[in-house]
Parts: sequence; structure tokens; C-alpha cells
Amino acid sequence: MFKGLRDALAGLGHRVIEGVWRIGAGARLFSYIGFYLIESFKRPRLIVREIFATGVLSLLIILVSAFFVGMVLGLQGYNTLQKYGSSEAIGVLVALSLVRELGPVVTALLFAGRAGTAITAEIGLMKATEQLSAMEMMAVSPIARVIAPRFWAGVISMPILAALFSMVGVLGGYFVAVPIIGVDSGAFWSQMQASVDFRDDIVNGVIKSLVFGVVCTLIALFEGYDAPPTAEGVSRATTRTVVNSSLAVLGLDFILTAFMIGA
Amino acid sequence: MSDNIVEIDNLSFGYKGRLLHKGINMVFPRGKVVAIMGGSGSGKTTLLRLIGGQLKPNLGEVRVDDEVVHKQSIDGLYKLRRKMGMLFQFGALFTDLSVYENVAFPIREHTDLPESMVRDFVMLKLNAVGLRGAHNLMPTELSGGMARRVALARAVALDPQIIMYDEPFAGLDPISMGVVCNLIRSLNDSLGATSIVVTHDVHETFSFVDYVYFVSDGVVVAEGTPDDLRNSDKPFVHQFVHGEADGPVPFHYPAADYKLEMLRGHDV
Repeated sequence: MFKGLRDALAGLGHRVIEGVWRIGAGARLFSYIGFYLIESFKRPRLIVREIFATGVLSLLIILVSAFFVGMVLGLQGYNTLQKYGSSEAIGVLVALSLVRELGPVVTALLFAGRAGTAITAEIGLMKATEQLSAMEMMAVSPIARVIAPRFWAGVISMPILAALFSMVGVLGGYFVAVPIIGVDSGAFWSQMQASVDFRDDIVNGVIKSLVFGVVCTLIALFEGYDAPPTAEGVSRATTRTVVNSSLAVLGLDFILTAFMIGA
Repeated sequence: MSDNIVEIDNLSFGYKGRLLHKGINMVFPRGKVVAIMGGSGSGKTTLLRLIGGQLKPNLGEVRVDDEVVHKQSIDGLYKLRRKMGMLFQFGALFTDLSVYENVAFPIREHTDLPESMVRDFVMLKLNAVGLRGAHNLMPTELSGGMARRVALARAVALDPQIIMYDEPFAGLDPISMGVVCNLIRSLNDSLGATSIVVTHDVHETFSFVDYVYFVSDGVVVAEGTPDDLRNSDKPFVHQFVHGEADGPVPFHYPAADYKLEMLRGHDV
């Protein structure tokens, strides 16, 4: 019995130490990216190429999802609001839900699933096939050449994707509310225009998407860079990217919302 | 300036509680082709990584061009690596770049040459390895031997003083093997470089190297010219050179007595 307890404690301690070690290694990677900040901007073509890979190639899934999310919001919102005789406020409900919450959060979750996994798998495979070692031996820093451009691409892409998500989501909500249900088009847009505040809603949404962009991209890069150089190692790292990014986004969303509402 | 471009002095290295090298001494004279040979898992590739500064020794030191590798700052280390080229076991070509772009990579990273000159250099190097006509291909379109030759062209793109080869013959057919042997020798001599070849292919290696170190159990067990080693009566060298299954390097991984284990049951 004591042996079982001791083993359980040892296992717990091992996991805690490993967790702390990984946080430290992630922070070190982040500081290296900062160190190579200027150097990576000397290669704008690399950053543009990565923006295409992470941002542009994620557009389809983001836009299609946004349209469906907007349509569901329109349906659910109308169903509730009509009970209180305020179905014209549907535009406000759709816009605020998207700009404040769903835009940044759902985009970040989709980004982690689409672009984050691609980044992790690519870097993990580059490590497994010694491409990163080869770069080091050619006196070229993999952080400057491979990691930093992907980081900036993720950070730049996320707010743009979130903004597009919100825009297309609003169109989805409009499509259900106005042509299908029959809500007045003027009321839909005018109430939205009157209620959505630039500073409190749009800027806060952009801040959230920026933070999520930093966190999701950093997790994806770290998991790839830290992956054991085997097929199983890369596979596990890819899974960890999705799980850790999703948890981080949802947890951070609560913290950021609390600060924004309190501010 | 020392006669030896690389010197390994009393080097010990290990990890996870296992000592891989136990006080190794080696020298690599300028202009020579030197082989490091030994069985699988004897730490040959690790030695290359220690020379390249990708690993730090537990004891002793590696000196490259009179500079202690593990005491260098990142900038110093990168400056030192500019003198080195390395051929990885499976080429380690960048899979998202074409053959041309792979060879151009180090030139573009370390020089400000105009694109026309970069092209001339790349074609020169690709011609030297016989693959000028393949410059448009992607790494996935190359055979193992071709990939190794492209990687060799990339490794020598900046005319390094030291060229390191990690198992350059692994998985190659006899023709490709002969091609790679000739390339290693001819590139070394034409560039005036020093080559370090890590391998366990005895006959190919003995045909073109100047000096050989045999590594086993963490120490240098024999060294000499290929002729010395061919005629050596040391049991390890004899077993290795003649490919005998059993000898000082046992066929079996250490295990308990087989008969007793069978009688005890199957509790492995």
C-alpha cells in the first residue's frame, strides 16, 4: 500500500516538475523569438509566406464556420427576443456576441486546429529529419529562420481572421433574421450601429484575438520544437497543441473578459 | 596555426547516466581524410555533434582551428561553424525548397552576392556532384544517393575548411557508394579541406581515407592507416575488418544465462 502511495506521489511530482520545466522552456523560446525580432523582419518574404500558410489557408474554414455560427445566433436570438417583443434587437445580439466573444474565441479554436497543428507537425518533422540541426550546422539560427517568421505570421493573422469571422458571422445572422424570418432590415443595421461601441466592443475584441494569436502560435511552435523526433512524438505534440491551445484560449477568455468588464 | 584543424582532447561525454565516450583523444590534420569507425551505437555521430558544438562534453575539450568549441558564445560558435560543412545521414535537405534553393540556402544566408553569382556558385557545386541537370527537382523526387549528393553540394557551398560526413554510405547501392567515395576524396583535395567521415563500411572507407580511428566501448581501440589496420592482429580490428559475427564485440546483448531463464519460466 505504501509503495503504491509512494509511486503515485512520485508520478505526481514528476508531472509537476515536467510541467514547470515545459513552462520554463516555452518562456525561453518566447525570449529567443523576442531576441530575433528585428532579424526576422529583415526577411519580410518569409513572414509573408507564413502568413499565406497560416492565415490565408485558414480562411475557408474560418469564413464557412463564421457564416453558420452567425445563422445559429440569428435563429436562437430571434427565438428568445420575440418572447419579449424585441426581435428588432437581433442585430445587436448577433454583433455583440460575435465581436466581443465568439469572433476571437471560435477563430482561435479553429486557428489552433487548422494552422496550429500544421505548424507543430511541420516543425516536428523538420526536427525529426534533422533539417533544424542542418540549419544550425550551417550557422543559421532555426529560431530566426523557422520559428520567428511563423510566430509573427500567427500574431498578424489572428486579429484579421477574427475580424473577418465577425463580419461574415453578422452576414450569417442577417441572412437568417432578415430574408428568412422577416425582421426589418433597417432596424437590424441601425440598432447594431447604435449599440456596438468601438472602444468597449471592437477594440476589446481585437485585444483578445491578439492575445489568443500570441498564445496559440507560441504553443504550436513550442510543441513542434520540443517534440521527440519520432512519428509518435510528432503525433503527440500535434494533439497537445490542440488541447493546450483550446484550454488556454478558454481560460484566458474568462480572465480577459473579467478585466475588460471591470475596467 | 596548429597542423591539426580539429583536436579532441581527453573527451568524455554521456547522458542519462550512460558514459558514451571515456577520455577520447583524436587529431585531424589539415588536408587529410580521416575516418571514425565503430559499431552501431558506439557514439560516432555524437562525436561529430561535439565537434560541431551541438553538444557539450562532460570532460575534456574539442578544439577547432585552435578554438575550444564548448567555450564559445553563440556568435563565436556560429563563426566557427562557418568553417564547417556537414553531410547528415539522410541528407537533411529542406523539403519545401528545390535542389537549387537548397544549395543556394547557405550562400544567401551568409553572403550578399547578387543572384547571378549565386546561380553560378550553385551550378558549380551541383556540377561537381553531377546533378546540375536536377536543379529544378524537389527533394521528394530524388533517390537516396541523389539526395546525399545534393546535401554534399550544400555542405560545400561556402568552401568549408572542415567537411563532416555522417554515415555517407548508409543505404546506397554499390554504384552510388563508389560515386560518393570519389566525391569525398576529390572535393577534399580540390577544396584543400579536411574531411571527417563517420562510417562502419570498412572496405569502401579503406579505399580512400588517409587515417582511421576505431571507437568501441567509449575509447579509441585502434588507429592507423588503412594498410596498418588491414594487417592488424588486434582482435577487435580483425573482427571489424573481416565482419566476424562474434569476437570481442559479442553477438548477444548482455543477458542472464539462457538455460536458467528457460527453466525458471517465462517471466521476462
